[in-house]
Amino acid sequence: MTADILLQVLVSGLLIGLIYALVAVGLTLIYGVMDIVNFAHGEFLMLGMYASFWAFTLFHVDPVIALPITAVLLFGVGIVVYQTVIRRVLKAPMLSQIFATFGLMILLRGLAQFFWKPDHRLIPDSLVSGNIALGPVQFGLPQVIAALGAVGVTGALWFFLHRTRLGTALEATAIDREAATLMGIDGQKMFALAWGIGAACAGIAGGLIATFFPIFPEVGSNFILIAFVVVVLGGFGSVAGAFLAGIIVGLIEVVGGFVIGPEYKTAIVLSLLLIVLLVRPKGLMGKA
Amino acid sequence: MRFTVAKAKGQHAATRRQTITRLMATAALLATTALTGLGFGMSSARAEDEIRIGVIYPLTGAAASTGVELKAAAELAAAMANKEIATPDGLVVGAGMPHLKGAKIKLIFGDHQGNPQVGATEAERLITTEKVVALTGAYFSNVTATASQVAERYGVPFLNGESSSASLTQRKFKWFFRTTPHDDLFVTNFFTFLEEMEKKTGKELRTLGLFNENTLWGNETTKLQVKLSDERKFKITEKIIYPAKTTQMTSEVQRLKAANPAVIMQSSYLGDAILSMKTYKELGFSPSMLLANDAGFNDSEFLKTLGKDGEYIISREVWALDQAERNPLIKKVNDLMRERSGVNFNGNSARAFTGIAVLADAIDRAGSTKPEDIRKALQETNIPASGLIMPWKGIKFDASGQNELGQGIIVQVQDGKYMTVWPFDVATKDIVFPMPAWDKR
Repeated sequence: MTADILLQVLVSGLLIGLIYALVAVGLTLIYGVMDIVNFAHGEFLMLGMYASFWAFTLFHVDPVIALPITAVLLFGVGIVVYQTVIRRVLKAPMLSQIFATFGLMILLRGLAQFFWKPDHRLIPDSLVSGNIALGPVQFGLPQVIAALGAVGVTGALWFFLHRTRLGTALEATAIDREAATLMGIDGQKMFALAWGIGAACAGIAGGLIATFFPIFPEVGSNFILIAFVVVVLGGFGSVAGAFLAGIIVGLIEVVGGFVIGPEYKTAIVLSLLLIVLLVRPKGLMGKA
Repeated sequence: MRFTVAKAKGQHAATRRQTITRLMATAALLATTALTGLGFGMSSARAEDEIRIGVIYPLTGAAASTGVELKAAAELAAAMANKEIATPDGLVVGAGMPHLKGAKIKLIFGDHQGNPQVGATEAERLITTEKVVALTGAYFSNVTATASQVAERYGVPFLNGESSSASLTQRKFKWFFRTTPHDDLFVTNFFTFLEEMEKKTGKELRTLGLFNENTLWGNETTKLQVKLSDERKFKITEKIIYPAKTTQMTSEVQRLKAANPAVIMQSSYLGDAILSMKTYKELGFSPSMLLANDAGFNDSEFLKTLGKDGEYIISREVWALDQAERNPLIKKVNDLMRERSGVNFNGNSARAFTGIAVLADAIDRAGSTKPEDIRKALQETNIPASGLIMPWKGIKFDASGQNELGQGIIVQVQDGKYMTVWPFDVATKDIVFPMPAWDKR
């Protein structure tokens, strides 16, 4: 194994890891604010991909340019899901909450298959296509843009949560809902906001992935398992943790897959999940 | 008062129960009618000079669109055997049924809905109620397995034209015959193809990179490929069984790149096939040959989604439309198919057509509709390549009932179409080799 190949593998792992991070931040945000695990998160990603696909096919808008529209659309989807489904199970037992989001996952997949057929689709010739070569290392331009987008969005989200009034209110709700309510923060509004932002993150991730990944109704299932590993490793509810963990998981998957064997790459990632759960259940940066 | 309430409640419950029972009975009745409707419609007249053949296909359910094409192909073959339409000279069904005094073939269709259980039930119904003299179908290998089991039990010949699981002819059945080549043979073809390519180009193609998905199909294929490369002195420089439905294939492609084999042999379903092609391009990996094992690479979506990036891949096939350019017989039969049903033949319907044609030919040669006579005639089948619309060397069954003269073809995507490039004697285009590098396209 030469140094060139190792470098290439590291770069590839970093790029995919950043995308995992972006998928996972939305998931971890929702959990952090209201302790609900959103099993339909992969389907938000799928909706984001389809939004980009249709924007491209119907209106010839490139996925990268359509990103703000995709984000707003998915923000809306998140709010609607919160108002129609989640609000009703807020005080229900955890099992009901799990089934509610799980049912939503199946519903969204089914609807996508019904309306958009189970075909695999691809966005041909996006603005960002082709390769960049840096010495011996090759980058796919779509992957680089997606990774940069992931960094940007996660950074913006972190800034929003820690440096703005509204974001701080959201954080406050996450830390202690009752105390936040006493301070005059509307919990319901914060929950809806968390769902909106969480879904928008998945939507942006979808829009970025759509430039290089096939789009089909079940595509969420490919990503969601890894997103859960990332959330657990980063610590439930921690945006910064999810970001760091996404990179770690991406690197471990690609480098481990290359060194030990690609047939074991999923096993490697899932073993990591087990180890984290055993050794440090609260994850890298989770709240205790 | 309390009594009345209880009574009223009871009555209410009873009425509800009755309603439910009635609803269920109606539903059951509807279901039965729907299931047998097809059969009732077909069995109206039963003339003496009728040769009844049972045909089991997936006419409803997920594979219904394929089933409808198979049915159209079967009906075309029957119409030719019955001399209802002019038949091109030399075709295996062309002669009508002279030994049976022009008796007419009547196809009785059964619908297995993609379900092995239903397939077995339909086979039973066709044999016992419809009194068919032979059965054919069923496209899905697992349905063919159960339906042919029923035929075996009743001692009725079962001719399968389009199921490719190798195990079907390993069961030592007495009444089962298969015209299509099976999966093992397709993989064996790859190695023969590579050897012939070496002779033709003078280039070594001895190093292989196996790249197969990790479900049953990919694993079985890998085993067979390992065995064959040992036997035929090929060297496997990398063997990857990757998790299907993955989010990235960078580690896989990096390993292939590092091992740098001359030929990549890949078995992938559609999503993975697309992702791998994207990753090859992203990482700038172009082996001199990418040899795919059908499936995702031959899906109609593959080229639609990848466009130009799908060019030059090589895959196996059972049939290709470009064969019509080479063989006027194929063109004529395909024209008739398009006239009648509006679609061209494809690998499935061409094989279904051939299955019925061979069965009709055997029944005619038997000169009788007794199962034993038909079985004997099938065993004696010896049809030359010139009588077929398939790229085979002919049809002749071995002791297990497998056609030993069948062969697959190898196609290459050239200008957005799958063109036959091997066997060289039926090829319509020269093979583009080595595969051009991504930056030189």
